[in-house]
Formats: sequence, C-alpha cells, structure tokens
Amino acid sequence: MTCIRKFARLPWLALLIPLAACKAEVLAPAGDVAARQRDLLVISTLLMLLIIVPVMVLTVVFARRYRERNKDADYRPDWDHSTKLEFVIWAAPLLIIITLGALTWVGTHLLDPYRPLDRIAADRPLTEAHRPLPVQVVAMDWKWLFIYPEQGIASVNELAVPVDRPVEFTLTSTSVMNAFYIPAMAGMIYAMPGMETKLNGVFNNPGEYKGIASHYSGHGFSGMHFKAHATDEAGFDAWVEKARAAGGALDRPRYLELEAPSENVPPMSFAEVDPQLFQRIVNMCVEPGKICMAEMMALDAQGGTGLAGTMNVTQLTYDKDQRRGTRAPVLGWEPFQVASFCTPEDSALMFGKSPELARAPVDMTPMRGHALVPPKGPFAPSPDNAVTLLDPAEGRAQNF
Amino acid sequence: MATFSNETTFLLGRLNWDAIPKEPIVWATFVVVALGGIAGLAALTKYRLWGWLWREWFTSVDHKKIGIMYIVLALIMFVRGFADAIMMRLQQVWAFGGSEGYLNAHHYDQIFTAHGVIMIFFVAMPFITGLMNYVVPLQIGARDVSFPFLNNFSFWMTVGGAVITMASLFLGEFAQTGWLAFPPLSGIGYSPWVGVDYYIWGLQVAGVGTTLSGINLLVTILKMRAPGMTMMRMPVFTWTSFCANILIVASFPVLTMTLILLTLDRYVGTNFFTNDLGGNPMMYINLIWIWGHPEVYILILPLFGVFSEVTSTFSGKRLFGYSSMVYATVCITVLSYLVWLHHFFTMGSGASVNSFFGITTMIISIPTGAKLFNWLFTMYRGRIRYELPMMWTVAFMLTFVIGGMTGVLLAVPPADFVLHNSLFLIAHFHNVIIGGVLFGLFAAINFWWPKAFGFKLDVFWGKVSFWFWVVGFWAAFMPLYILGLMGVTRRLRVFDDPDLRIWFAIAAFGAVLIACGIAAMFVQFGVSILRRDRPEYRDVSGDPWDGRTLEWATSSPPPAYNFAFNPISHGLDSWWEMKQQGATRPTGGYMPIHMPKNTGTGVILAALATVCGMALVWYVWWLAAASFLGIVAVSIAHTFNYNRDYYIPVSEIEATEDARTRQLAQGV
Repeated sequence: MTCIRKFARLPWLALLIPLAACKAEVLAPAGDVAARQRDLLVISTLLMLLIIVPVMVLTVVFARRYRERNKDADYRPDWDHSTKLEFVIWAAPLLIIITLGALTWVGTHLLDPYRPLDRIAADRPLTEAHRPLPVQVVAMDWKWLFIYPEQGIASVNELAVPVDRPVEFTLTSTSVMNAFYIPAMAGMIYAMPGMETKLNGVFNNPGEYKGIASHYSGHGFSGMHFKAHATDEAGFDAWVEKARAAGGALDRPRYLELEAPSENVPPMSFAEVDPQLFQRIVNMCVEPGKICMAEMMALDAQGGTGLAGTMNVTQLTYDKDQRRGTRAPVLGWEPFQVASFCTPEDSALMFGKSPELARAPVDMTPMRGHALVPPKGPFAPSPDNAVTLLDPAEGRAQNF
Repeated sequence: MATFSNETTFLLGRLNWDAIPKEPIVWATFVVVALGGIAGLAALTKYRLWGWLWREWFTSVDHKKIGIMYIVLALIMFVRGFADAIMMRLQQVWAFGGSEGYLNAHHYDQIFTAHGVIMIFFVAMPFITGLMNYVVPLQIGARDVSFPFLNNFSFWMTVGGAVITMASLFLGEFAQTGWLAFPPLSGIGYSPWVGVDYYIWGLQVAGVGTTLSGINLLVTILKMRAPGMTMMRMPVFTWTSFCANILIVASFPVLTMTLILLTLDRYVGTNFFTNDLGGNPMMYINLIWIWGHPEVYILILPLFGVFSEVTSTFSGKRLFGYSSMVYATVCITVLSYLVWLHHFFTMGSGASVNSFFGITTMIISIPTGAKLFNWLFTMYRGRIRYELPMMWTVAFMLTFVIGGMTGVLLAVPPADFVLHNSLFLIAHFHNVIIGGVLFGLFAAINFWWPKAFGFKLDVFWGKVSFWFWVVGFWAAFMPLYILGLMGVTRRLRVFDDPDLRIWFAIAAFGAVLIACGIAAMFVQFGVSILRRDRPEYRDVSGDPWDGRTLEWATSSPPPAYNFAFNPISHGLDSWWEMKQQGATRPTGGYMPIHMPKNTGTGVILAALATVCGMALVWYVWWLAAASFLGIVAVSIAHTFNYNRDYYIPVSEIEATEDARTRQLAQGV
C-alpha cells in the first residue's frame, strides 16, 4: 500500500518540473496577451484555492475525527440545521464568485481577441510607432496559409512576425472549422468557413514558437502545425525578402490547387498574392463564376431576385466527391452553387472599394428581377428583356 | 483515407465487401468477440436459459429487473469504451520521434469519437437510468413506475442504439468527427460514408429510449409517492433524480431535432449546417450544446443524490441542510440551461456575451459548493462507518473539488482562450465525470447491491478496486493537466516534441492502474456471487447499512410488488423514523395487488427500430420502409392487447411475507 501511495504523490511533485523547465508555454508565454491571460488564470486559481483548500482540509479532518472508532468525538444524530452555518456555506462561495465574476468581466473585455492592443508589454504603452502588422490566416485541409497584405507575400505553414509589434490576425477557413493557436503569443480563436474572426497579439521575446490547429478538423489534423518566428524588424524584413526572392504567385487558380487536401505540408512561400484573395475566400467565391456571399446578401437585402434567382445555379464539378462539402446527398439533388449575377468588373469594384471588408452597397432600391433570366412555364413574366449571366466555364458575361 | 463506395444496389443499399474493415486490430477484436459470443450463446442453450431469460428478464416490466438490465448494459459498454481509452493512451505514448504509432488516422479518429459517444450515451446514461429505475420507486414507496411497459420499451431502445453503434466496429466505420459531430466536418461532403450515419441513428434510437424513460420517471415521482410524502419529504436521491429527469425531458428533444436537421443535410441535401447556400454550422454548435450542457448535469445530479444518501446513512445522522440541498439542486437545474456558450468562447461571440456565460457558469459553483459543505457538515458530529460506499464518497469529495476548480477556471473566458480544446480540458471533464459520476456509481453499486440481490459485495476486492481506481485516476489525468498547460491540444495522433512523452507515459500507466481497478471490480462481483450464502455476505434484514429511506423497509431483494402495504411517510427519512418509533411490520390483512403483466412488445419494437436504423445507415430503403411499417403495425396491435394486468393473490403475498417473517426472526 505504501508503494501505491507513493505513486499517488508522484504527479503532484512532478507538477513542478515543467514549470522549472519553462516548457509550459501557457504558464511562461513570450507575448503580453498570453502573459495577461496567464495572470488571470493564476489569480483565479489562487482565489478558488481560498475555498478549495479549506474544504479539502475539512474533509480530511472530519473524515478522521468522526470515524466510528473514535468514541470521544461528539455524536449528534439529529443535528441537521444551523442557520449560521448555512449562511456561511452559501455566502463564502458567493463572495469568491462575486470577486471572480468582476475579474472575469473586466478581464474578458480587456483581453477580447477583437480588441486592438493598448500596450506592447506591461511597462511599454502603445505609441504611434507601433503600427499593427496585418496578417490574414486561412485554415486549409490540412495546412495554414498566411497572407501578408502589406508585404504582398504569402506563406504556408510558416509565420514570421517582428517582436514588439502588434499583430492583427484576420482568420477564416476553407472547408471545416478549425482554431488558430500560438500558445506563447495569445489565446486561440476559431477559423470558420464563410466567417471572419479576428485576433490581436504581440510577441515580446524573439524565438521560434509552435503554432497549432487546436480544433479537430479531420484526417490530417495531427500534421497541421507550423513554426512561428518572432524576430527583430531586420530579421522580419529578411524573411519577407527571402519569400519574394523565392518567386511564385498565389492567384485564384493556384489557390484552388493549394486548397486540395494535403497532409504534413512543408513550409512554402509565394512572392505575390492576389490582393482580393482573402476576401474572396471569406466570401466563398474564389472559383470563377461563383457568386460571392456579400453579393448575395446585397441582393437579398434588396428583396432578393425572386424565382429568377433559382435558375441561376451552376453545377460544381471540381473535386466534388471529397472535402468540398458538396457531395450529392442520396435522396437530394446534385450539388450546385449560385452563379454570379454581377460582371467580373462589378465584383472587382466591390472588393476594390473596400478591401478590408466587402460590404453590401448602400442603394437599397428593391430589385425586381428585370435583369435576370426569366423563369419559363407558368411563372414566366413578360419576356421583354435581355439578360446578363456569367458563363461559369468561361468566367465572362454572356448576353441571352 | 478509407476506401468506400456509395454505389447502391436495391437489395443491400451501399453494403458490399468493402464494408468489412481492413485493420488487423479490428479483425482480432472481431474474432475475440465472436468466440466469446458463441461461447455465451452455447452456454445459454446448454443450460436451457433462453426461456428463463425471455420470460423473467427481457419481457419483464418490473422496474427492478429493468434497472439491473440497464446497469448490465452499461457495464458491457464500459468495457468497450475503456478499451478505446487504452488504445488512445497507447497510441499517444507510442507515436513520438517520427513514429506513426500503431493506429492510422482513419482508425484513431474513430476510436476517440467512439470513446466519447459510448462513455456518455451508452455507459453513463444507462448507468444512471438503471440506478434511478431501481431505486426511485422503492424510495417513494411505489410498486412500479407509472408506465411499466414504456420502461421496458425505453430500455430496449437504448440497447438498440448500442447495437447500432457497436455494429459500426465490424461493418463499415464509425464517425471520425469527435463525439458531438460538428458540421461541416460531419456533413456529407467531408464525411461521405457510413460513419456519421451510424452515429446519427445510434443516438436517435437510443434517444427515444432516454426521452421516454425521462418522462416515465418524472411522472412516477410526481404521481406515485407514498401517502404523506410531500415534495419536501422526498429523499434527496429522488429529488436529484427528479431534477435530472426534468433536464432529460427538456433537453433531449433538442438533441433529437438537431440530429434530424443534420440527417436532412446528409440525406436530402438541405442546407441547415452547410457552408454554402445559407447554412450555418455555428447554429449546430449552439444547438448541440444547448442539449450538451444540461446533459452534464443529467449525469451528475443523481450522483449528488447518491452521495447525500450515503453520507447521511454512514454518518448515522440526518442530512445537514436538507432544504438548502433541495434548493441547490433546483438552482443547478435552472442554471444549467444558461451556460452552454462556455463550450465555445473561442468562436468570437464578443466580450459581453462571453462574460455573461462565464459568470453564469461560475454561479453554478455556488450551489455545488453549498452541497459539498452540506455533506461535510453531515459528517461533522457523525459516527462515520467506512464501508465501501463511504470510501467512494470521501474520494469523490477530495477529487471533485479539483475538477470543480478547473471547471470554474475554464469558465473565465481569457483563461479558456489559452486552455480550450487542450488536454487540460480533457483532464477537467474526466476529473468531474470519473471523480463525480463514476465514483458515485461505484458508491451506489456497493450501497444498493445488497438490496438488489440479498447479499453484500466483497469488501477486500472492493478495496483493491477502490485504491487502483483512485490512484489510477490521479496518475492518468494529472499529467493531462500539465500537458494542457504545455499547450498540447486534444485528439492529436502523433507528436514531435519528445519532452511530452514522459507525461503520456505516466498517463498510460495510470490507465493500466484503472484497468486493474476495473478487473478487481469484476472479481469483486464474481467472488461475492460465489460466497453469497455465507452469513457475513447474506443480508436477511433488508436493511444492511442501518438505512434511513423506504427502500430499506422491504426485503432484499424486494418482492415483485415491493411493499405489501403502501408505506405512509410522516417526515424525512421515513424508515429511520419507523425504526425509532418501533413500528411493527404488518403480518396479516393482505389484499390482492394489482400488477402489470410482462410483454415482449418492447423487445420487438426496439428490434424493428434497430433494423430500421441499420437500413437507413446503409441506404437499404426497402428494409427501412418495411421495418418502419412494422413498428407502426406492432404499436397499433399492442394497443389492442387488453391482457396487460393481473392480481397477485393474497395467498401468494402471505407466503412471501411469512417467509420474510421467518427470515427476520432468524436474523435476529
């Protein structure tokens, strides 16, 4: 039995080892945001220990003192109520939770991943000089794509950022849900298809840190990690130059190739990136001829396109049986997508105007479907208009 | 990726030779299971037990037998779920330094999904349902549940769900999505073959059983309490079961509906949870957790009741703060619906939403804390007898507080941002589910076993099991807390960083200790059964622990009708009071007792539902239609069965009760 007890103690002693070795990145991070999250974690733990430790001690003391063999202990079989004690046992946890709740409210707002940073580190406030570095992150099957819009480069499974410069991540995913997490830098945030999330973080110590996918995403999930390099400005510039020198362009066709599932992908880089690419990924319209979600929402905001809209679909052909979310259900129709109603020029204009976020246009005049394919049969309106429809194969407008 | 074919034929749907798994591990398992199964069936045939099983057990509507069958199901599925756990532990300690381990991604991803699904739906749920089924009617002085046939049907539907889930092991594949099958990964595009369909239909079939048994127990507690037993005189276990069943009735329909929407997406091409065409996967995640969080309390609440009964019985003392215990339970019941978003703070809902759900989660710890103090002060000024149930209770109190603390920690959104989905989270919920639910179930088994079978469980092997379990639990899950703090996420199959390996090794060692604990538990059952006639094991009094509530007022095991006369309750701890006042057991003046008759309809309906589920998984439309029509036809036919009840004649009651009188006289 003593041997068993020894083993029971082992994990507790061992708890100290990783702390000493600084391996516990969550407890010894390299960035201010993660450090503040860690602080909150530690404070909350200590606050709760205020009540947990007495409870554990009392359990052991009562369990020993009131054992059957100890006939000296007080025994009062009908004692089952004490208003004073009841008050204490409800009030004590309540006080702890009020304190913790207040901490939580403030901490959650201060450390909201969407909130731009207000300081670089505890002793260094944010100044004009600290312009945030925007990085667009795409979770793919099963690799990470990083687009640097300011530098005009992109990399796969390798991230580099300068230390002490706030980084503003904008995230999405191509296929399934994922989560982006660099434990040493800041907490995680989901990356979801058709959605855009944000994360603000900063590195204070240079080094090479691990970045992981922290939400299970299928077959190649285990190999979906990357190295995050935190370097000084010069090192970062050198890294960018290296990517530029390596050549290669990430345009829409290349992106569609990259999007196909692959596992354990070694780092690679692209010297050029289509500036609209990220917005097109978020809007799920990288494929030529597919309507962007922002366009669709703009149409819907104006009352939709009625029955005419139901005609305007095209069949997906690329890779349709696997990992595109478009497999034909056994009792349903072949998968389809909605084709673009707008000309490529309209689309370009939409993204061109507001590269940050493709918004619905302000003109809210209801659309009446005059410009679209008229339905045939009993629903046919008076056929007096010509129609512009994008040819999905060609990617150019045709007149009908 | 797995080879699969969705080409369908009329006769067999998409079932063909490719459906046989290729993994040798699965083959070996199949051979072992098949040999064991054949041996079991042969034994049943040789000893001519089929008729006995069918008449006395399978078709029984007796809540006690159904309760025992639920627990047998849970124990069988527990072995499967634990085998999955051991395989994961082995893979994670193996796959370092460039090694792929011994499980490929297709197999490993099925294992962690199956482990979660089986442990929650087919171990924990049947376990607590069985326990409530057995104990609640006895505690409230009833002769059965309100709807005895429904009870039998619910049980067999749960078995049907388990059969569908188990079939995936040898035919096709199970889901590779994680236990909640988040879309779009669980959609038809990313999970095109049968795995997710097995998941859906397994849960749907079992879910019918769970919902119906929830309704059944709820009505039983509301309508069938003994005269004099007002709500505030109900035993605490009945109270917590009552709240758990409210949660079941209110939350399982959400699960059913969510899975129906996912089914429509997969089968007919709707777009509820797809990326394109207006679907929204975040909706699924909200819906499934609106069921999923109350589910956590469905599991733990009845066990809080068990701990209350055990503490007050073995401390020889009234429960401290009964009414505050009841209010705490009700608080938890209500609050459990207001916290679901804490499962995905990291989705980016915004700081105010996150803080709201974080703080509501913390508030739950107040009534939970109050409960813990109530148990503590029940022990205070008591005379604690350290029988096995009490040992499990003390182990629970010391273990659960740690799990509770890490739970509150995860409810702080900024902390969750660094610990979400990590092994810290895994350690946390195993800490509360093993330390709370399982320890509670072991306490309950040791506590009520003598009531169910008339003899106590062996203490030595019980202690061996206890120590292996407790030490094994700490060794298996403390390393996961540490790994979580090192930023290791869940569901990983291979690792690069060699420094992590030692922790996985300790965890695997812990899992081996737990395996010894499980083995010791089965030995404990076996040894006790063999020695059941020895006087130190035999329970002739019906009240081996000096109990307080009504189930100890009748014999062990209780007669089919539970109580010859309806007991009358004058306060809390009715049986304790009767003993204090020296109430004598009536030995005459019996009246015939009206009882429900056994029926095989539940077995038949559930078998048809299982066939229907399997047919839908494999796209065998004719069989699905035929079995569905069969369900409708059998249900209608059953409504015309008027031969459903009978009276136990006075002579039989007299014989049973006189036997008990003689037994009691011997025991004294």
